[in-house]
Amino acid sequence: MVHGEAWTIKEFFVYPNEYIYWTIQIVMYPFMTGLVAGAFVLSSLYHVFGVKQLKDIARFSLVFSFALLPVAMMPLLFHLLQPQRGIYVMLTPHFSSAIAAFGIVFTTYGMIVASELWFVYRKYFVETALELRKVGGRTFGQHFRHLLYSILTLGAWDISEHALERDEKAVRVLAGGGIPVACFLHGYAGFIFGSVKANALWMTPLMPVIFICSAVVSGIALCMITYIVTMEIRKLIVAWKRKQYPELPSPEELKSAEVQVVTMTARYLIMFLILAITLELLDLIFRGYTAVKSWDILRSVIYGKDFVSIFILQYGIGNLVPFILFLLPRLTIRRAVVGTMLVLLGVFMMRWNVVIGGQAFSSSFAGFMEYRLPIWPGSMELYREGLFGALTVAVTPFILFWILTKILPVFDVKDSH
Amino acid sequence: MITRRNFCKKTMLLVGGLAIPLAAFELFDPKKLLADKSDNARERWVFLVDTYKCTGCGFCVKACKIENEVPYDANVTRTWVERYVITKDGRTFADTPKGARDGFTTGKIALGEGMFQEIGNEDIDKAFFVPKLCNQCDNPPCVQVCPVGATYQTADGVVLVDRTWCIGCGYCIMGCPYGVRFFHPVYHVAEKCNFCYHRITKGMKSACVDACPFDARRIGNIKDPDDPVTKIIMTERVGILKEEYGTKPQVFYIGLSKEVK
Ligand code: SF4
Ligand code: SF4
Repeated sequence: MVHGEAWTIKEFFVYPNEYIYWTIQIVMYPFMTGLVAGAFVLSSLYHVFGVKQLKDIARFSLVFSFALLPVAMMPLLFHLLQPQRGIYVMLTPHFSSAIAAFGIVFTTYGMIVASELWFVYRKYFVETALELRKVGGRTFGQHFRHLLYSILTLGAWDISEHALERDEKAVRVLAGGGIPVACFLHGYAGFIFGSVKANALWMTPLMPVIFICSAVVSGIALCMITYIVTMEIRKLIVAWKRKQYPELPSPEELKSAEVQVVTMTARYLIMFLILAITLELLDLIFRGYTAVKSWDILRSVIYGKDFVSIFILQYGIGNLVPFILFLLPRLTIRRAVVGTMLVLLGVFMMRWNVVIGGQAFSSSFAGFMEYRLPIWPGSMELYREGLFGALTVAVTPFILFWILTKILPVFDVKDSH
Repeated sequence: MITRRNFCKKTMLLVGGLAIPLAAFELFDPKKLLADKSDNARERWVFLVDTYKCTGCGFCVKACKIENEVPYDANVTRTWVERYVITKDGRTFADTPKGARDGFTTGKIALGEGMFQEIGNEDIDKAFFVPKLCNQCDNPPCVQVCPVGATYQTADGVVLVDRTWCIGCGYCIMGCPYGVRFFHPVYHVAEKCNFCYHRITKGMKSACVDACPFDARRIGNIKDPDDPVTKIIMTERVGILKEEYGTKPQVFYIGLSKEVK
C-alpha cells in the first residue's frame, strides 16, 4: 500500500499522488516544541524579569522544559520514512530549506537549557556530594549518588558567596539569551509551514508569530497543570507526614501559596492567549477580505468541513471557555485545572487545524482529502503515524520529568535562586 | 571635527565592516549549495504537450509505470492524464481514475470513494484531456525545501532525487504545487517524474513520448534552436501550469484551457 493511503479519503478531483503525508506526528511536533518554548519562557519570567511570585514555578518549569526537550525531536523521527538517516540533516544541511537549521537551533537551545539548569543546581550538587562524602560505609545506592553528583559538579566545588553570585548572574544571562532562542526555535517551526508557497492555508508571514504566541500559552498551561498536580500530591504527603513532624507547613499554607502562584501564572497565560487569538483572527479576516484564488476552497474547508474542529473545539472550547474561566474572580484550583486542560486542547486543535486542515484540500482546489486517524497499530506504519505513536510522544516527557526529579529536586530546595 | 583623512578612514572601516556580513551571505547562497547550475550545459530539457491530440488512452501512464518500476497497481504514478468535462450550466468536472493508467473506460466522472457522476452527452459544452508530469521547474521549490539536498537540479535542468540520501520527510511533496511527488512504495523515499533521465541522456526519448500513439507528448532541448520542440515553443502560443507560484515550469501546453487545475 502507498504511504498515506491507509488514512486518506479523497473526494472530488484530487491529484492521483496526493495523500495526507503529514499526519498526527507533525501535529505533535509543533505542539511539543511549543511546550518546550513556553515552559522556558515561563521560567525566564522569574529569572530575567524578577517576577517574584513565579519563583516556585520557575525552577519547576525549567526542569520540565529540559524533560520536554528530547521529546520535541521524537515526532520528527517517528514521521521520517528513513529515520536512520535523520542525522543527515546535520551532516549535509541544505540551508535553503527551513528544516535544515533544525539541528543547529535545537542543539543551541538544548545547550542553553542544560547550562542554565547546571548553574541553578550547582550548589545543590556540591552540597549533596559533600554530604554523601561524609557518610562512612556507604551503601551501593549512596555510592552511586555520590559518584553521580560529583560528576555533575564538573569539578566546580566552590560554593562561596561570591561564586554563587556569579552563578546567579550566569543564570540570568542564560535565561535572557534563552528567550529569543526559544522563540526562534518555535517561530521557526511556524516558518516551516508558513513558507510553503504551495499550500494556500499555510502560506502567511504571520505563521511564526502565531506559533510563538500559542506556544507560550500551551507551555504555561502545561506547567500550571503539572505544578498543580505535584502540589496536590505534596499536600497529601505532608498531611500524612505531619503526624510525625508537626513542624512541616500545613496543607492550608501550601494551598494558599499554590493558589497565589496559579493566579499569577494564569494572568500571563491570558495575556498570551489574547495575543494569539488576535493574530489568528487577523489572518482569517485578511484571507476573507482579500479573497484570492484559493479563498473559495479555503472557505469551504474553514466554514464547512472543519467547522467543528476550528470554531467549536479550537476557538470555542479551547479558547473562549478557559478565557472566561480564568477571568471570573476568585480563581480556584479546580477551575484552573479545567481551564488549563481546555487551553491545551485548544492549542492542540490549533496545530491540528493547521497541519491536517492544510491538507484537507487538494492543490487542484477542486477536491478534498479527509484524515482518518489510525487507532489500532496493526503495522509499524500505523503505529508511528497513529494514535499510539502520538500517545508515546505525549507520555515520554512525564516519564523523563519523573526521572529528572530524582536527580534534581524541584521543591523544597533552599538556595538563593 | 571630521578631517578628510579621518573620513576616508571611517568609510573604509564601514565598507570593510559591511563586507564581512555580506560575505556570509555569499557563503550561504543556496544556489551555490545546489548542484552547480552553471549555464555551460548544452541541454535544457523541456516538454511539450499538445492537448488537442491527447485522447486519454493512458498508454503513456502504463509505459511510465513499467519503465520506471513504479508498482503497477499502486495508486501513485509519475505521470497521469486528467479528463475535463465542462457542462452547459458552467460546471467543471475533472477526474483521473488510477491516473488514467487504463484510459477512461466509462463516460461517468469519478468523484472518489467509488462514487460517480453521470453526465449526458447533450449537457456537455466541451471536454478534453490533459497529461501531467513533473514540470522540471526552473525555480523548483522542491529543491529549495529539501533539508538534506537529496533533491537537486542537474545542469540540464532536470530535478532528480537521490534515493540513498532522502530521509523521507515529505517536505518536497508539500512544496510542489503540482502534486507530482509521492513516496515510492518500495524504496520509501521521495519519487517523481524525471523525464526518464536515464534515457534522454543517452539520446533516447522518454518512455511516455515513445508510447504516445498520437504524438501528444514531445520532449526537446530548448537550447537547440533547430529542435522542433523548441521551434514550436518559440513561435507558437503555449501555456504553462500555475504560473502564479513563480516556479517557472518547463512543461509547455498547446491548447490549455482556463478550467485546467
Ligand atoms: S513540478 Fe514539482 S516536483 Fe517537479 S520540479 Fe516543479 S516543484 Fe519540483
Ligand atoms: S522527502 Fe527526501 S527528497 Fe523530499 S525533502 Fe525530504 S529528504 Fe528531500
